[in-house]
This record gives sequence, structure tokens and C-alpha cells, in this order.
Amino acid sequence: MLVTQLKPEEEVLPKISGKRLFIFECLGCKELYFPKEEVGKFVDSLKEEITGRAILDYLCNREFVKAYVGEYSKEIEGADLVLVFSCGVGTQVVSSLLESKLVYTGCDTLYLNGFQGLSARNFNCNQCGQCYLNYTAGICPITNCPKGLLNGPCGGTKDGKCEVDPEADCAWVLIYKRLEKLGKLDTLTEILSPRDYSKNITEYLSQKEGVK
Amino acid sequence: MNFSEKLESGKFLVTCEVAPIKGVNIAKVLDEEAEPLRGKVDGFNVTDMQSSVMRLGSLPVCHLLAQRGLEPIFQITCRDRNGIALQSDLLSAYVLGIRNVLVLTGDYVTLGDHPETKPVFDLDSVSLLKVASTLTEGKDMKGNELDGKPEFCLGAVVNPGYDPVELQLIKMEKKIRAGAKFFQTQAIYDLETFEKFMKEAEKFKVPVLGGIIPLKSAGMAKYMNEHIAGISVPEKYIRMMAEAKKEERVKTSIQISVELIRGIKSLCRGVHIMPMGWKHALELLAATELA
Ligand code: SF4
Ligand code: SF4
Repeated sequence: MLVTQLKPEEEVLPKISGKRLFIFECLGCKELYFPKEEVGKFVDSLKEEITGRAILDYLCNREFVKAYVGEYSKEIEGADLVLVFSCGVGTQVVSSLLESKLVYTGCDTLYLNGFQGLSARNFNCNQCGQCYLNYTAGICPITNCPKGLLNGPCGGTKDGKCEVDPEADCAWVLIYKRLEKLGKLDTLTEILSPRDYSKNITEYLSQKEGVK
Repeated sequence: MNFSEKLESGKFLVTCEVAPIKGVNIAKVLDEEAEPLRGKVDGFNVTDMQSSVMRLGSLPVCHLLAQRGLEPIFQITCRDRNGIALQSDLLSAYVLGIRNVLVLTGDYVTLGDHPETKPVFDLDSVSLLKVASTLTEGKDMKGNELDGKPEFCLGAVVNPGYDPVELQLIKMEKKIRAGAKFFQTQAIYDLETFEKFMKEAEKFKVPVLGGIIPLKSAGMAKYMNEHIAGISVPEKYIRMMAEAKKEERVKTSIQISVELIRGIKSLCRGVHIMPMGWKHALELLAATELA
């Protein structure tokens, strides 16, 4: 139940160029804002082969999405990567259901002041406005690492657990393991700039007319 | 020779940690901890509210050391300050005569004595190194011009006992690209693990100083094994400490550290001693013949 915006093309295109794609689109938040038309236009403009496309409500509902993943298993199998257009929660749900597939997001989720929303049970999104899931194998570093680190773990991980909460897995160890499995460890060598805290929905809405 | 020149020189280096006190009794830090080691170490790391315990700051203590001609290494973490404050403190450090900076992410606030305070982590160790490098080029992190450029010898930390160690190596390489010119490590008790780590880290060709935390007791060793990331004190050392009579403990501890330092010496460029309230660093240095 969050507000999303299409990522800049320059950020998405290099990640997907020449790949066979399966596409998930979420419509769950259309009462808030989901850039349905822009996503449609963007997907239509892609030259890449699209093995299948699932458009559904509430990609944040894991059980529900699980059924879809089953239904589309052949199309997903045939794709090199799965591209998700949804908020950060939806992408994390898809990525958690497809452990050995590359799952990328095509959206940034924006901060909505004072918005409480429905919280999905398994995954959280802090609406950081510059979704990092494409660097972190679909595991959100903002909500899963208490320090919100972007460039790898702190030194405090003990036996794969977080220094802040020994019951919780260290997000960065999970990210590492998943990227290793996907053969994508080189993603981690990129140095990410600090978060842009000026990204929020008010700024976005003021640039955009006709948003409900 | 300053610290940066010594790094270049290829000399085996010794650094030692001094921890600012909780309060203002500065003589304790300067006269009791640092001064006795004058001439025996190549740099004094001053911790930045280690373990998230509120204390006297690293910056003024570094400045006071520098005034006395003792070479400070300013530890700076991302825990308490946003990008504006971190950059400003780096500029202040330069103006106050501080040239060596060790950049760390910092412990989480709940580990310390103000668990309900706000954790910042606006930057992380890699981005802070990059920002510090940018300052030395005469620009702030947003590209605005500075009036006069600071110069820094930047360092970072690495944990050789981290599992999976590849993840540390990936981050280490990023820190080097972001400007780190030397590394200090988490405490080493297991030379085999450290040797394996150094085999991998050698390719970076950046000086590494191996960490030493002298053992105070068998209990401390067990505690660290259970709670501190990347530390595994071997059973034999725990037994040695447990069997030593109270008045022999310091001697036994020194014996263990000396053994480790000898091992470390053949594997990397120096040692970094973290006494953590243990009062016998000078004796340890004498025993290691480093003094
Ligand atoms: S990185 Fe995390 S907080 Fe940011 S948009 Fe993605 S899921 Fe949400
Ligand atoms: S242990 Fe892992 S999850 Fe916890 S703060 Fe450090 S990097 Fe983040």
C-alpha cells in the first residue's frame, strides 16, 4: 500500500538489456498511486523478449503471489530475469518466492508523510524513494539492516546474525548468499552514494498533476 | 617521519589505542595512557565513543596529542553525525593538526549506555571515506568548493575472522577505492585464519596492521568468543589464562600477545594494540622488543 514511481530508464535498461523477461505488475495501490500507464508504455517500448506478464492486485500478499508464481512457472522458468513493477514490498515478495531467479524492480517507492498504511507481514519498505533492491538481490537493506548500510555489512555480524538483534539474520549476509547463488557478487563492488533524504512524495506530487 | 611517511617506508609499525574517558579528567588519557608510550608507538588511535558509550570526544583528544607531538589517528564513526557534521569535523580535525583518520561505520546505539538515542548512519564507512577523499580534492560531498584543501592519511578497519570472509574482502576493496591507505584489524587470536585472510588481502597491496587485544582473564576470552564478531580465542589460550595465578595473569597475557605479535609480524605490516583498560601496554611492547 505505497506510492511508487517508475525508475529512470538509465537505471533499469542496462540491467535488463538483451535478457528474456517475465513481468509482474501490481495494481494494488491504484487508489493511492501506481504509474500504471507509464509502466504500460515502458513495457511496450522494450525490445527484449517477454516470456509472460502477470498483472495483479496486491503483490504484497505472499500467499496470493505464490499462486501466481505457480501458475506462470513455465513462463518464469523461460525468463532470464523477473522484472517487477510495484512498491518495495511487492518486489521483496516476488524475490523471496524465486530464490534462484534474478528479480529486479522497475520502481522507486516514495515516502508518504504520515501514511500508516497496511503493513505486509513478511516484508517492510521504508519508502526510501530510490529502491536498492536491484543491488541487493531483492533484500531491502534499508529495513533489514538496522543501520541501513548500502555498501556492505558492518563488522558486527556474529554467526550470520545481526549485532543489534542476535535473533535476526544479518541482512548483508543474506544479500551476499543470495547474490552468490545468482552468480552476481560483482554487483556488490559498486560504491553507492548516501541516501537522498530529500526524495519524498510531496516533492514528487508537486511535479505531477492529475495524481489522485 | 609522520605516520603516512612511515606507511610508505615499509617499516614495521605499532599503533596503540587510547580511549577518552567518560568525563573531563583529561590527564588520565594524556599523562597516564598516552605519555608513557611516547617514542614506542607510531600512532595513537583515539576511539570515537567506542561501543556507543558517551564519552569525551576523539577530536579534542587527538588535538591535544598532536600538540604534544604525539601522532594521533582520529577515529570517526557514522553513528552520531550526519553528512554535514562529519564533513565539518573532518575540516576541524585538519585545522587542529590532525592528519590521520580512521573511518568506521560505528556500533549500533543499543550496544551502549544511551540505547534510546537516535542512530544516524547517514553515511557508511565506504561513503565517508569517499567524502573525506573528496574534501582533500577541495570539494565537499555536494561538489561545493572549499577555501583551502585538507590533507588526510585515511584508514579503515577490516575483520579477518568475519564469516563469510569474502564479504569483508569485497568491502575492503571498496574502502581502498574510496581512499583507504591502511587497515587496522579486529583482534587476532587465530594465526591460521589471519594467514588465510592475508593471502587474499595481499593482492590489494595496502598496509594492514593486525589487531591485538591483550587478555585480562579466561572469562574475558570466553565472553569475547560468545559475543564479539570475528573473535575466536583458541582453547589453549583460555586454559593458559585460567590456570595462571592471579599475580601471574599479566605475565601470561603478555606471553600470549607476544606469541601472536611474532606470528603477525611475518604476515603483515604492523600491529595495532587495543588495551581496553588493561594497564600493561608498555610492558607488552618491551617484551615484544618492539619498544
Ligand atoms: S530499498 Fe527498501 S525501503 Fe527503499 S524502496 Fe526498496 S524496499 Fe523500499
Ligand atoms: S550486523 Fe548486518 S544487519 Fe546488523 S547492522 Fe551490521 S550489517 Fe546491518
